[in-house]
Amino acid sequence: MKILVCISKTPDTTAKIAFTDNNTKFAETGVQFILNPYDEWYALVRAIEMKEADPSTVLHLINVGGTESDPIIRKALALGGDEAIRVNIDSQDSFYIASQIAEVAKQNNYDLIFTGKETIDYNGSSIGGMVAELLDMPYISLATKFTLEGNSATIIREIEGGEETDVAKLPIVVSCQKGMAEQRIPNMRGIMGARTKPLKVVEPVEADSFTEIQSFELPPAKAGVKMISADNPEELVRLLHEEAKVI
Amino acid sequence: MSILIFIDQSEGQIKKSSFEAASYGAQLAKNLGTTAEGIIMGTVEDDLSSLGKYGLTKIHSVKNEALNNFDDEVFTHIIAEAVKKTDAKVVIFSNNFNGKAVAPRLSVKLKAGLVAGAIALPETSDGFVVKKNVFSGKAFANVSVKTDIKIISLNANAFKAIEGDGVAEVEELQVEIPQARVEVKSVDKVVGEIPLAEAEIVVSGGRGLKGPENWGLVTDLAEVLGAATACSRPVSDSDWRPHHEHVGQTGLAIAPNLYIAIGISGAIQHLAGVNRSKVIVVINKDPEAPFFKAADYGILGDAFEVVPKITEAIKNLK
Repeated sequence: MKILVCISKTPDTTAKIAFTDNNTKFAETGVQFILNPYDEWYALVRAIEMKEADPSTVLHLINVGGTESDPIIRKALALGGDEAIRVNIDSQDSFYIASQIAEVAKQNNYDLIFTGKETIDYNGSSIGGMVAELLDMPYISLATKFTLEGNSATIIREIEGGEETDVAKLPIVVSCQKGMAEQRIPNMRGIMGARTKPLKVVEPVEADSFTEIQSFELPPAKAGVKMISADNPEELVRLLHEEAKVI
Repeated sequence: MSILIFIDQSEGQIKKSSFEAASYGAQLAKNLGTTAEGIIMGTVEDDLSSLGKYGLTKIHSVKNEALNNFDDEVFTHIIAEAVKKTDAKVVIFSNNFNGKAVAPRLSVKLKAGLVAGAIALPETSDGFVVKKNVFSGKAFANVSVKTDIKIISLNANAFKAIEGDGVAEVEELQVEIPQARVEVKSVDKVVGEIPLAEAEIVVSGGRGLKGPENWGLVTDLAEVLGAATACSRPVSDSDWRPHHEHVGQTGLAIAPNLYIAIGISGAIQHLAGVNRSKVIVVINKDPEAPFFKAADYGILGDAFEVVPKITEAIKNLK
């Protein structure tokens, strides 16, 4: 059994979002970067649980990014996983990134590829589906539960107003969200061990970029809150009806 | 050329987000001097020609029971065929659960750049640039699509469905239906609930409500408003409410016209899931609750006293 988990570096959930270079670049100064929460809490931890259940499982991690990704890759290795592969390039285009992951995956014949449901910076939710199409594999998106019996996976995925239970034969690609696993904190043994685990750096292959971010914008500032007395909540209803016109 | 819109249905009912996608596609078609057509799969009770109201001139329908269950590979194959047939240059999806599964696949298959989470019509005066949400609703990016065919997934409630009086021509699309590799064993849906992701009004409760036995406060208000109900992370983690109601960074991100937060302090992770709401009302007894800073209207007071009065006032309004 060979599992690949795709991991991304993202700004911390509490990071201040600002832009530089005429609003074309994210302002990284003073920003703490983390392992994308969906990749970490759900995709990676679920894969680690599977390796714990079957120690013969080979668990690889992949990141597409520059050397700035190394700290979050080491953190992921401290949680678990046998080795990491970093494709040495920064890109904001989903197809380009998916092409790099698919290339590495082709060489290693994984049975299972996990991604988080989206990154908290670009919110594309696209890498899993693209990798699946590039590798001609089934794709189950937004999974909340994953169990494996032999070669057959049972997956619960979220749909509008409910859930769907799917069965698919490996190899497959799964995007993971809340419910898959519980967040873990790396222990000292894991952190020490992560230092010596292999982190292979490979150069990117030729691939197209379909899109390009031209500029960023911040939303207009809110006008400020209008406070209404708790003794007169009817006034709120009047304002929502007559001023905001939302009811 | 044409614009092709994927019309998403569930149990024979066309989803509200698809009316928004249709209107968005029709407006884009108008701007580009072309027509907007729809593709729909499965057996649908609704009269498909009525999609003309939203500006679609033609509906390509693949009426086959095998397609009542969504499968991203099968749907990708059929949509790609429809793109060929209609010579579509732009394909529009709703950025919902199914859209997120099928749009990336289609992007690879057609070598078509995808903008997921669009919130406005493309700027087409110089190239093709689409504004989308990034950083979990804290910013926007203007994304240039460089491929011949373009794919856009539109966020819910970002573009209002516009009803006119057109009638669409309905045509059966002749297409081979591949065998699905993923088997759908069961579908469990909460019946009679307004889907949270599409809801125009959402009433949400937090720890301030003290326990699940007090949720009548939230559901009563939601009922008079025709709203969906939601909750904060601690509430779903404590199993006071089902997980699918959790909105926030790790739950669902929503963008209703009106979001009413009762007894929710407004941690930054919660805001990331709701900050795209057009109007935010915060009811909290803690003057230090950070949510007041992100709100449009606030009431500092005890929810147990204030909320029933609001519910009553709305009843009187209607």
